[in-house]
Amino acid sequence: MTAVRRFLTGGWLPAYAFLYVVFLYLPVIFLPIFSINTAATPKFPLTGFTLHWYEDLPRTPALLDAAWNSLIVGVSAAILSTVLGILAARSITRYRYPGRRAINGLIMAPLVLPEVIVAISMLLVMLQLGLSLSLFTVVLGHVLVCIPYSMTVLTSGFEGFDRSLEEASADLGESAFGTFRRVTLPMVAPAIISSLLVCFTISLDEFIIAFFLTGTEATLPIYIWGQLRFAAKLPGVLAPGTLLLVASFLLMTIAEILRRRAARRTQNEGGLYA
Amino acid sequence: MTAAAEGSPPLRMTRARRNALLQSEPVQGLALISPTLVYALILLVLPILVVIAHSFWTQHYLTIDRSFTLENYRIALTEPIYRDLLWRSLYISLTVSLLTVLLAYPIAYFISFHGGRHKSLWLFLITIPFWTSYLLRVMSWKVILGYNGVLNSGLMGLGIIDEPSTALLYNSSAVIITLTHAWAAFAILPIFVSLEKVDRTLVEAAKDLGDGPLRSFLRVTLPLSAPGVISAALIVMIPTVGDYVTPKLVGGKDGVMIANAIQAQFGKASNWPLGAALSVTTMVIVTLMAGATVLVIRALQRLAR
Repeated sequence: MTAVRRFLTGGWLPAYAFLYVVFLYLPVIFLPIFSINTAATPKFPLTGFTLHWYEDLPRTPALLDAAWNSLIVGVSAAILSTVLGILAARSITRYRYPGRRAINGLIMAPLVLPEVIVAISMLLVMLQLGLSLSLFTVVLGHVLVCIPYSMTVLTSGFEGFDRSLEEASADLGESAFGTFRRVTLPMVAPAIISSLLVCFTISLDEFIIAFFLTGTEATLPIYIWGQLRFAAKLPGVLAPGTLLLVASFLLMTIAEILRRRAARRTQNEGGLYA
Repeated sequence: MTAAAEGSPPLRMTRARRNALLQSEPVQGLALISPTLVYALILLVLPILVVIAHSFWTQHYLTIDRSFTLENYRIALTEPIYRDLLWRSLYISLTVSLLTVLLAYPIAYFISFHGGRHKSLWLFLITIPFWTSYLLRVMSWKVILGYNGVLNSGLMGLGIIDEPSTALLYNSSAVIITLTHAWAAFAILPIFVSLEKVDRTLVEAAKDLGDGPLRSFLRVTLPLSAPGVISAALIVMIPTVGDYVTPKLVGGKDGVMIANAIQAQFGKASNWPLGAALSVTTMVIVTLMAGATVLVIRALQRLAR
């Protein structure tokens, strides 16, 4: 009877929540664990601690090239999508006009469309336009899928942004640039940096679009994909995979802290996680 | 514009009117959003239109014959191989969205109703694994479910099984497990948001009027959170139907999905029109399935009240 009562009043929920978090994290944690294991196949029991999978990394030119390509693509995609995101988020939060919701829906659409279909449609158009596939086309694709995330982060930073502060600054004799630099920018800067980090992380981790739109140059996920075909190379993939995992983890944590700071400044909650 | 020829006083008026127009909210708002909008039009809307156009054309080796035909759709819908792949993709995405919503609902409920001060910390904890590379998460399931993998070696170590099981990897269950894990957070967030909007006084009122915890949940909280359940189901169902990585890495022969066939048409098989027709068919069918899901959930919602 007490068991039924506990079930009905939700007494099992904390235990369930704990198990759920374990389920979410467990698979991801196996990568770092086996990346420092001496055995060439990822299985229990662990055979011993080694860093030699990591020591091999700087001696793999293909991997270094891929990392460099990922960096270039990530930085370009982050800057471009954040600029486009700033324009759109400012327009959506500041102005009221017909078609606003429809336009917003269109810009956010890549978030819910199957990535393969987005990727092949872009591929078709790019080939028709005679663009040769390169890191540039990957950047174009990544910007499209990054904008919705950038919009989400920035909208939560811009919403509740009080325009009277800017007007007050102008009334008190600040120039337009001075107002922007000393009033607007400090208010929205955390949100902008957060958007840059989120977009960089998404681009860094994105596989499907890069896979279809790249020419001969590989990004990190494409390099990892290529290695995955050979079972013998798995440990060599676990090490860079772990590094990628840690990088995303750190970047997203910083982004979230900044986003919250931005939201607090404009007295507004919500956004990426709510 | 035409007023320009009519002399200077009307010109000044038009200019004033034009300035007023330029400073009006709709124009400024649209001007500000136009670069992003144009970007989405060129790289999303135009490409989708091009795909739709291709689906009615035919490919002869390297040239595309642009006369209208429905042949690609006939192949996409009647060839057993594509029909089976389409059915399997729909079955997998429906199962995955059902599972993720069922598993995610209690978590969203727990955070919303019992999260207390730590709500945002819980949400952060749950979403952070999903910002790591999707490819890596699929890869870790391959490591777990493989013949020489974590689960097999772990179970053998514990003496539960004697030899590695081959049943874990390379089938549609492996695809379902991996996708359910990969999309968990996407289901939690919309449900959480809609639960946050549930007026707590209504739940109180139901209890005061004699409803037990289960009854008040089923008749008040659950129906009121239906919009969140709907968006959670859709946000998982639509993208998963076209998943490429998971079936390729953990699906094996029995787990191949439609996206793999689409990719093949743009790669090795090099039949763009057929690939385009398969993409359009998939999108149309998944949209129909999504619509049906919305109707079913709405009907259940009305039934519950």
